[in-house]
Amino acid sequence: MADEARLAEQAKHNGGSEDGSLRGRLPTLNGISRAGGGVVSAGRGAAGGIAAGLARRIGRRLTANLDDRDPDYIRENLSLAWLLTTLWFRGEVRNMGNVPEHGPVLLVANHSGGNVTPDTLLFTLAFYTYFGVERAFYQLAHNLVLASPGGQILRRYGTVPASPENAQRALDAGAALLVYPGGDWEVHRPSWERNKVDFAGRKGFVRLALDARVPIVPVVSIGGQETALFLSHGGRLARALRVDRTMRLKVIPISLALPWGINVGDLLGHIPLPAKLTVEVLAPIDLRAQFGEAPDVDEVYEHVTTLMQETLETLAAERRLPVIG
Amino acid sequence: MRLNESIVISAPPKLVWDYLAEPSNYLHFMSGITRWEVTGEQRTGLGARYRMLIRVGSAEVGGLIEIVEWQEQRDMAWSSVLGVDQRGRWRLRELDDGRTRVELRFAYGVAGSGIPGWIAELVSAPQLGGHLRRSLRQLKSQVEHERLRAEAARRRSERAAAAG
Repeated sequence: MADEARLAEQAKHNGGSEDGSLRGRLPTLNGISRAGGGVVSAGRGAAGGIAAGLARRIGRRLTANLDDRDPDYIRENLSLAWLLTTLWFRGEVRNMGNVPEHGPVLLVANHSGGNVTPDTLLFTLAFYTYFGVERAFYQLAHNLVLASPGGQILRRYGTVPASPENAQRALDAGAALLVYPGGDWEVHRPSWERNKVDFAGRKGFVRLALDARVPIVPVVSIGGQETALFLSHGGRLARALRVDRTMRLKVIPISLALPWGINVGDLLGHIPLPAKLTVEVLAPIDLRAQFGEAPDVDEVYEHVTTLMQETLETLAAERRLPVIG
Repeated sequence: MRLNESIVISAPPKLVWDYLAEPSNYLHFMSGITRWEVTGEQRTGLGARYRMLIRVGSAEVGGLIEIVEWQEQRDMAWSSVLGVDQRGRWRLRELDDGRTRVELRFAYGVAGSGIPGWIAELVSAPQLGGHLRRSLRQLKSQVEHERLRAEAARRRSERAAAAG
């Protein structure tokens, strides 16, 4: 039930309009902004105002839907992705054949690399070169990512705002869907936790797979958290500035990254260090075949995260040095 | 990008052709190939289709290809239907001494990919060229091994017939 409530909350945060946009949410955001200004100190009120203003701008730009995916555009730009992942990240994707050949599938991955997320670039390239750009493939992303200057490009690659509605719509359409349950929390975890799968207890993906009756394919990547020195999630800072409420942003990360030096927020991204990236795709999990007709969400969550953690530790054991791999 | 490699195999064209015409052999001798599957009902010959993937850099690339030219013991050409644009050709020519010169031509690219596509073709060429050279060496080794085995079998049966 708590999980459903969280999903509903997330849906509300994402607007609730049918195309997954945030347009319907604007009055709520204004209300939050006004209410916030009246009850907190002047400094926090100003911060909240800025955040709400930014959220309004994001709302105007968030109109992505499944139709934005453009196979021809993807095909013409795979060369650039291949160059980056081959020359800069020395990328390697293993066992892509574990993804079922046809039909909807939920790809559940750990997430690394701050807002630059090179693991997504590598996996997306691998998916499209393996199955062809004709196969429908979507990725859920945080609203801020889609509202960033690169958001237009990501939409054409199949990235849609993270919401239960968009996820369900993609799976109903028979697509492969990539989700990062850890999201902004995991992607900004400190570098010394780089070999840790941290979904922060978010179990919505289990419910999603059960409702849509699709298999889960865990995807484990390593190397992304070595592309900068990530120091802190900045969760307290996010709460102090109230962006956790106004922008669904649980973190304001702090890192040492090129070319900024101290990098607070990572809103403009950074130049990632050329860390070697490795991605391993695990065997599909048919939840009802493995856990019975009414699987326990907690049990499935535990199973998937344990499996991924073990794989991540195996991949970590193969690495001799950070960045170099 | 066009790549072209060749080798001389100590076997007649028929033996080489028979080996190349069998799709299940490709995973054994083609270097870098991770997938070579028959798609559809036609297994071999003009119009046969295969799903193939080859590891290049960080990705397995390829797609659906179709045999578009089929001249027994001489030429077999394919072209891509889906995936990366590619054309390829096996060209077999018999030499005066009965051996076979095998040429493997391969052209690839992505139309509309601009300068990054051009750079990617250049960067991938050495690795793909290496795959082609190793594939030809492995083809030579396998076919010549097949020839020796066939000759040994023939000698054995002749000896058995003479003794009997």
